[in-house]
Amino acid sequence: MPEAVSAVEMRGIVKRFPGVLANDRVDFDLRQGEIHALLGENGAGKSTLMNVLAGLYRPEDGAIWVHGAPVNFRSPRDAIVHGIGMVHQHFMLVPSLTVTENILLGLHEPRFLMQLPAYHKRIAALEERFGLGVAPEAKIWQLSVGEQQRVEVLKMLYRGAEVLVMDEPTAVLAPQEVDELFATLRSMTAEGKSIVLISHKLNEVMAISDRITVLRKGRTAGPPLDTGSTSREALAELMVGRKVLFEISKDIQAPGDLVMSIENVSAENDQGLPALGGVSLQIRSGEILGLAGVAGNGQSELAEVITGLRPCTAGQVTINGKQVSNLPARVAIDANVAHIPMDRTGVGSSPNLSITDNLIMKAYRQRPISKGWSIDGRFARRHATKLKDEYEIIAPSIDTQSRLLSGGNLQRVILAREMSGKPQAIVAVQPTRGLDVGAIEGVQRLLLEQRRAGAAVLLISEELEELLSLADRIAVIYEGEILGIVEDQDQEAVGLMMAGHREIPAKEGERKSG
Amino acid sequence: MNWTIILHAGIASGTVLLFATVGEVLAERAGILNLGLEGMMLIGAMSAYSMAINYGNPWLGLVAGMAAAGLLSLVHGFVSIHLRADQVVSGLSLTFLGTGLSLVFGEGLSKAGAVALLPKFTLPVLSSIPFLGDIFFTNQSVMVYVGFLLAPAAWYYINRTRPGMHMRAVGEYPAAADSMGINVYGVRYLYTCIGGMLAGLAGATISLAVSPGWFSHMTTSGQGWIAVGLTIFAQWDPLRAAAGSYAFGALRRLILDLQGPTKLLLWDNPFYYNPYWGFFLKMIPYAFTIAVLVIGSREAMRKRLGTPAALGVPYTRGQRGV
Amino acid sequence: MATTERIDARRRPALPFKIQVEPRMEVPRWLPITVSVAAVLIALVLGAFALRLAGEPHPFKAFAAIAKELFGSWGGITDVLVQATPLILVGLACSVAFSMKLWNIGAEGQFFIGAFAASAIVLTPVLSAETPGWIFIPVMMIAGVVGGALWGFVPGYLKAKFNVNEVITTLMMNYIAIEWNNYFIFGVWSEGGFQMSPRFPRTAWLPRLADYAREIPEFSGLTLHLGLLFGPMAAVIVWWILYRSKWGYEIRLAGDNPRAARYAGTNITRNMILVMMLSGALAGLAGMAQIGGVVRRMQGSISSGYGFTGIIIAWLAKLNPLIVVVVSILFGALILAGREIGRSGISMLIQGIILFALIASEFLLRNRVRITRVREA
Repeated sequence: MPEAVSAVEMRGIVKRFPGVLANDRVDFDLRQGEIHALLGENGAGKSTLMNVLAGLYRPEDGAIWVHGAPVNFRSPRDAIVHGIGMVHQHFMLVPSLTVTENILLGLHEPRFLMQLPAYHKRIAALEERFGLGVAPEAKIWQLSVGEQQRVEVLKMLYRGAEVLVMDEPTAVLAPQEVDELFATLRSMTAEGKSIVLISHKLNEVMAISDRITVLRKGRTAGPPLDTGSTSREALAELMVGRKVLFEISKDIQAPGDLVMSIENVSAENDQGLPALGGVSLQIRSGEILGLAGVAGNGQSELAEVITGLRPCTAGQVTINGKQVSNLPARVAIDANVAHIPMDRTGVGSSPNLSITDNLIMKAYRQRPISKGWSIDGRFARRHATKLKDEYEIIAPSIDTQSRLLSGGNLQRVILAREMSGKPQAIVAVQPTRGLDVGAIEGVQRLLLEQRRAGAAVLLISEELEELLSLADRIAVIYEGEILGIVEDQDQEAVGLMMAGHREIPAKEGERKSG
Repeated sequence: MNWTIILHAGIASGTVLLFATVGEVLAERAGILNLGLEGMMLIGAMSAYSMAINYGNPWLGLVAGMAAAGLLSLVHGFVSIHLRADQVVSGLSLTFLGTGLSLVFGEGLSKAGAVALLPKFTLPVLSSIPFLGDIFFTNQSVMVYVGFLLAPAAWYYINRTRPGMHMRAVGEYPAAADSMGINVYGVRYLYTCIGGMLAGLAGATISLAVSPGWFSHMTTSGQGWIAVGLTIFAQWDPLRAAAGSYAFGALRRLILDLQGPTKLLLWDNPFYYNPYWGFFLKMIPYAFTIAVLVIGSREAMRKRLGTPAALGVPYTRGQRGV
Repeated sequence: MATTERIDARRRPALPFKIQVEPRMEVPRWLPITVSVAAVLIALVLGAFALRLAGEPHPFKAFAAIAKELFGSWGGITDVLVQATPLILVGLACSVAFSMKLWNIGAEGQFFIGAFAASAIVLTPVLSAETPGWIFIPVMMIAGVVGGALWGFVPGYLKAKFNVNEVITTLMMNYIAIEWNNYFIFGVWSEGGFQMSPRFPRTAWLPRLADYAREIPEFSGLTLHLGLLFGPMAAVIVWWILYRSKWGYEIRLAGDNPRAARYAGTNITRNMILVMMLSGALAGLAGMAQIGGVVRRMQGSISSGYGFTGIIIAWLAKLNPLIVVVVSILFGALILAGREIGRSGISMLIQGIILFALIASEFLLRNRVRITRVREA
């Protein structure tokens, strides 16, 4: 490695959001040619810090130097001009435009007429140089998530980015795709580019980075560490601020009767393309079935079919022998199926209604909240007050609009509503996504409690570690099909199937229900 | 009934719808839903007519009509872009405001007498094409010819140029456009204003060319709303918008003429012998708009494409998603 | 995610201050009312300004004179209340629909069809002129309600089943309703070639105060009619539906977040159609009240754009049915004032400004705007 020059230096960065100090005098430096991991929990301020570097946010205080020269970015465009490009967690790609059009977006050249064919060629050449294969003529919506990520990287390379910030790039990738991405990143550092990798996953940080800066609650937890001279445990302690137990304790418990039966279900996605092709799963009382898979392989469609929010084109879902698929969502609710949706603000709550109104969303039709044609307002408020205390929802009052709640508190409202109905079956989609460690533990404890109480739980998650610690069995979904079910916590087998490799070994296979 | 005359007049009256619809297509492709077309057309028609009367120059009127409607659209722009208000309600307010303003300032205009209109002329070579030449290129207003050029130009602009691509990006995914240094607010103001100016042009085309005069709110008689409907039917494509507009213009004209002849095909014309049935004829454009919308909406539902994804959604930097 | 932004300072750092906008956590109780009142005042000032430009020499003096005339005598007050009667019902119609984010701007058409259906009972005639009033009036009310509901059903059904934009369909239905009524007014029911029907028989009249002038002389000349009572009664019922009933809960849920409403197991399709029908029914009842209480015959000019004014009333009342009653009285006065000034567009203009001021002020309710000095760098 050449003598380390600071490609980027950030000193005393302060960024405030209403009610939150997201970055509190943060220092960060990036050497030329290194992969520098920015590690921290959700909400630690990693993305905020990098959004400041990428010109999306302006800091209240602090200074930035790029290659030793002070800079003051007013917009992402300024940052790109200085060779800093960021690949966001939510891709900044316009679905209806082609790869080439997305790459050319915002540039001054071409001046007026697009003349796409010439640019297709230029982009193909760039792809070859860094080993990033994507058809330049393809529209973004036709691409897989991994391909879209490549387009994002290409977009920055085309603009001559010397510093590339990647925000949680592996969250959307299968394990094998992660390896490909890491190879690309290494080939980029070999050309002298510098990379910041934002992550909360210890394993991958240990695997790829040269140095690590840990952020905790908006501050740096000490100076940068050399990856070679630290350990997973030490990093975890820095991240959380205390010793972390990696295992969550789970009682051994024999499952009971069959509750949820998914038989040969096929369904289409929002674009009318097949999303599920003959999925069969059985979940019994007191059992958590984990559903592993990279995002977008049919998980959300499956959850919606079970809860009656999406019709299926073939097959059926039954709860305790009663059909719930292809019927109004109310049938599943009446069959006591709880649903913790992935989209908390878009589906799971009503932002401008009060906490009380949000808490009675499933129970308002049943006595005693329902009284004839009307709703017993006094009882509803008592019910809400009780749940607010029981589930430790932090809010000024039960009349507070739910849009004003933090992510963790909103999830508590949803959990309180869904769990208080004593569900027979639970469909939980990414229930811990975006929550901080304390909240994650709370959600996981609740799910285990329901398992003890005899609920049949379908836990859909992209966090393999979460599935391994909570689920009794793990099914893997890939392109709308179940590739296999793992019962012995075999992490490697799950990883292979997530990438689309069909599992054959004799020890696997469908559990015979009975 | 003379089909050449009906189609000739239909093309002229369709030109009004064409301007308004293409303007709305541009605004909506940038993500701004402007339901105030009716108000903007009225203010355009009134300003144009009033200017033309006061200064005797129809071209000055045209400019005034476009400027007035463009300014009015900026009110909608400010409220829905910077203040992030509900665009449906803002568009309704714009209708009220535009209608109210044009009625207050247009009072007395209807009795103002004759005015110089925009010129009509025949295109030399094209008019000799059999049948089509008589309909499209003979003794039409200059605005009709402008209309012929506008739709393909708009299509080309949207699909083949850099600013057109930026406009589409802003309407589909403003956060992505913003992250690439495109000024989302600026682009939205621009096309809101262009949409307004085209609506003003549509209004001016009515009062100075197609059916000259100022008849207070009956000047537009709901054509602004028909244009909003046509935008959906057109799936935000200027060429489809043009086709729809001309078809609608011809239909409106046909209905006017349907009461004239004593015989329709082989039978006695019921609309001639029973003049009150004319009221049912007058319903047809409105009922037809509903039918066209049903067709357009079903198509959109089936394809789930076409609608700009961020249409009607205010953009704030730092908010996730669209 | 939290947001901050600067409107101005970013592009013009030369300014000595910057405007910062932050989402508001709690809205102070006094703010919404203050903002609404301010919106009306701003609209009046701007309206006066426009009037001045259009050649009215002393617009504020004219306003004051009209206000004195309208609220200074029983005659004036009852005239205002007569204007308010249809407005209350139409305002409620809009409030119900808007609560589910259904932009019913077809209350005007539903009003006309309600009036038509009530007239049809009299003029077809369904009931003979000798029928006593206590049968006649309720049957006319039912007819008005059913007619309006039917006119609301069509856009509701198209929206629910085919996702057809209801703004345009309801508006087109307005035009269709007008032509439909014209056919009957000019053709079928025309009396001696005039564009109006014959006068209804007395039994089909909603009683007016003036009808009792013989017993109570103070009532002579007062036009207030029984229809005024429909409004407040309907307001209480609508309030109960929206804020106390299960169905109202479903409506508000679907209005705020339709995906959450689906998730909660409500039948959005059915509710959409029913809400549009209820909305149309209220507007239809307004049409019946206008026909039976004011003109007492079928004719073309029975509405001063009530259907559109209802939109603004609903918005100004923040969709609260009880406040709709109060706001309607204010707008009744505004419409009469517009007539006094004698310029057809002025009340529409002022209404447009009020609506703009209101939606713009939503921004102040949702966000806190702070102007701070820029520190020297």
